[in-house]
Amino acid sequence: MPAPAQRRIIFEHIDEPGYTNDLACYLKHGGYEVLKKAVTLQPPALIDEVKKSGLRGRGGAGFPCGVKWGLVDRKSGKPIYLIVNADESEPGTFKDRYIIHQDPHQLIEGTMISCFANNVKQAYIYIRGEMPHGARILERAIQEARDRGFVGKNILGTDYSCDVFVHRGAGAYICGEETGLIESLEGKRANPRIKPPYFPAVLGLYQCPTIVNNVETLCHVKYIVQHGSAEFAKIGTPGNTGTRIFCVSGHVQRPGYYEFECGKITMGELLNEVCGGPLPGRTFKAVIPGGSSAKILRFGERFKGKRKVGADMVDYDWAVEDVPMDFDSLAAIGTMGGSGGVIVMDDSVNMVEALANINAFYSHESCGQCTPCREGSLWMKRITTRMVHGNARAEDGALLKSVADQIPGRTICAFGEACSWPTQSFLAKFGDEFKNYPETKKQRRPEALDLV
Amino acid sequence: MNLKPETLQRIDEAITHYAEKRSALLPLLHLIQEDIGYLPKETFEWVAAKLEIQPINVYDVVTFYPMFRQKPIGRRHIKVCRTLSCALMGGYKTCAAFEKEFNTHAGEVSPDGEVTVDFVECLASCGTAPVVLIDDDLHEKVDVAKAKQLSDQIKAEAAKRR
Repeated sequence: MPAPAQRRIIFEHIDEPGYTNDLACYLKHGGYEVLKKAVTLQPPALIDEVKKSGLRGRGGAGFPCGVKWGLVDRKSGKPIYLIVNADESEPGTFKDRYIIHQDPHQLIEGTMISCFANNVKQAYIYIRGEMPHGARILERAIQEARDRGFVGKNILGTDYSCDVFVHRGAGAYICGEETGLIESLEGKRANPRIKPPYFPAVLGLYQCPTIVNNVETLCHVKYIVQHGSAEFAKIGTPGNTGTRIFCVSGHVQRPGYYEFECGKITMGELLNEVCGGPLPGRTFKAVIPGGSSAKILRFGERFKGKRKVGADMVDYDWAVEDVPMDFDSLAAIGTMGGSGGVIVMDDSVNMVEALANINAFYSHESCGQCTPCREGSLWMKRITTRMVHGNARAEDGALLKSVADQIPGRTICAFGEACSWPTQSFLAKFGDEFKNYPETKKQRRPEALDLV
Repeated sequence: MNLKPETLQRIDEAITHYAEKRSALLPLLHLIQEDIGYLPKETFEWVAAKLEIQPINVYDVVTFYPMFRQKPIGRRHIKVCRTLSCALMGGYKTCAAFEKEFNTHAGEVSPDGEVTVDFVECLASCGTAPVVLIDDDLHEKVDVAKAKQLSDQIKAEAAKRR
């Protein structure tokens, strides 16, 4: 069966010849018409639409957006804040970059609709520090929107006022974690806060109720308000509505970003047909389906079980290539859709070396406040780096596993899981390579690619 | 602090964006670093006074975020992505090529003061790996040949200045 066609709703204008990121171009394409419609509706009705749409957050966790909004404390009398999480940092993920650079007004419109729906007093776009042009583009776009009454005082002549400011990060991955992001926005180290009690919806920025949404999620909100929740829910599959943008990188012929209806394309279709298959003379060995912290899949393994399709429980028996690329199917086989970052490795890659690369990342990015994560990520890095550059021992795999197993569930935030899942899954799927590494290493070709 | 009038104006503007002054800490540090090239020692006291916090609060933040630096760097800042997707496409070779071109090591200023090469974590452009950020500009698919070409450009611009 050939792969389905792309369904570009968020990336509709990305890379379109002649489409520019200024307001004039956006208005020519019907820009801000949805905001005009939104401000004539009742905010609770807008929240209800988003709830009914089934929209799940695109940042990584896949938490239902409408439910997140529903948790906001609206009785405290404190102002409500909304923060756009544009800290795009999960290795393998590069979708928000294109929205910000090429279609910033789509994000601003989605943000303002969400602000109006939630009676937000002030919004911030937290953009990662390594996107200086993106920050300038957003600032210019916000100013254009402010001049035309789409942002700021008395939006479109209504009583509602809300401004947006761009806030730049400074190179710390942990700022993508929403409570770490809030700490950072308060001018502190991005040490995530403990939940309870610090659920952003109740005690967020300045201890006020706060909504943190991913860039792509807010663009979906615009689409939902434009077309209605029923139309949106028709896209994708039940429980996994809308489209997903897959960011494919690594060893495929055509890496890049592809937007498909959620759950309508399988891993095999995505990698073999859309991305052109493996590089010449190579075969696929492994794939990480949702950003580098997602558990790795080994080509050749099979997944069996029962899953819910509509009201029925149906048996499935999938190879990696058969897995539908949606939140629930990927969760069912023990990994996650995460942020949509698909990293592909072919048979030229040694898994010990690939894990050493990932471990170096997480060790560098641990904020350091919880001992299991700070020390554990460091030791996982040290062990894998030693295996590659120093002495490798057959028992190192077991040692690595014992370190990794002591981290998850013992930390303030999900970074503990994020940094241990790669080690745990690499060992579960490629334990043989770790065991054999002392031998494999001796035969390493000098021209082989360094990964650490 | 010897800051340009424009920087001072932007600093005052940034502070107005937040309900609490301390929130302007990252923006202020970015502005000072863009103006001076790094964060000199007097930053801590100056920014603390400006935001009505303690110098230790500023130091705490400067030492946490990788982009803030307390020492000058080369005239141009070359950041090569080290993380998995780039490494799979030859990121380590790219970094080595820049080091060789400028006779330097990652994390150090080149002997001629022209560049600082850094080997940094994911720059979020994994589909066009390996990527390199030179000052504010992202360069995509930078293999060894392209690294050489970019280095030649930087050297030519440096020669023109001399």
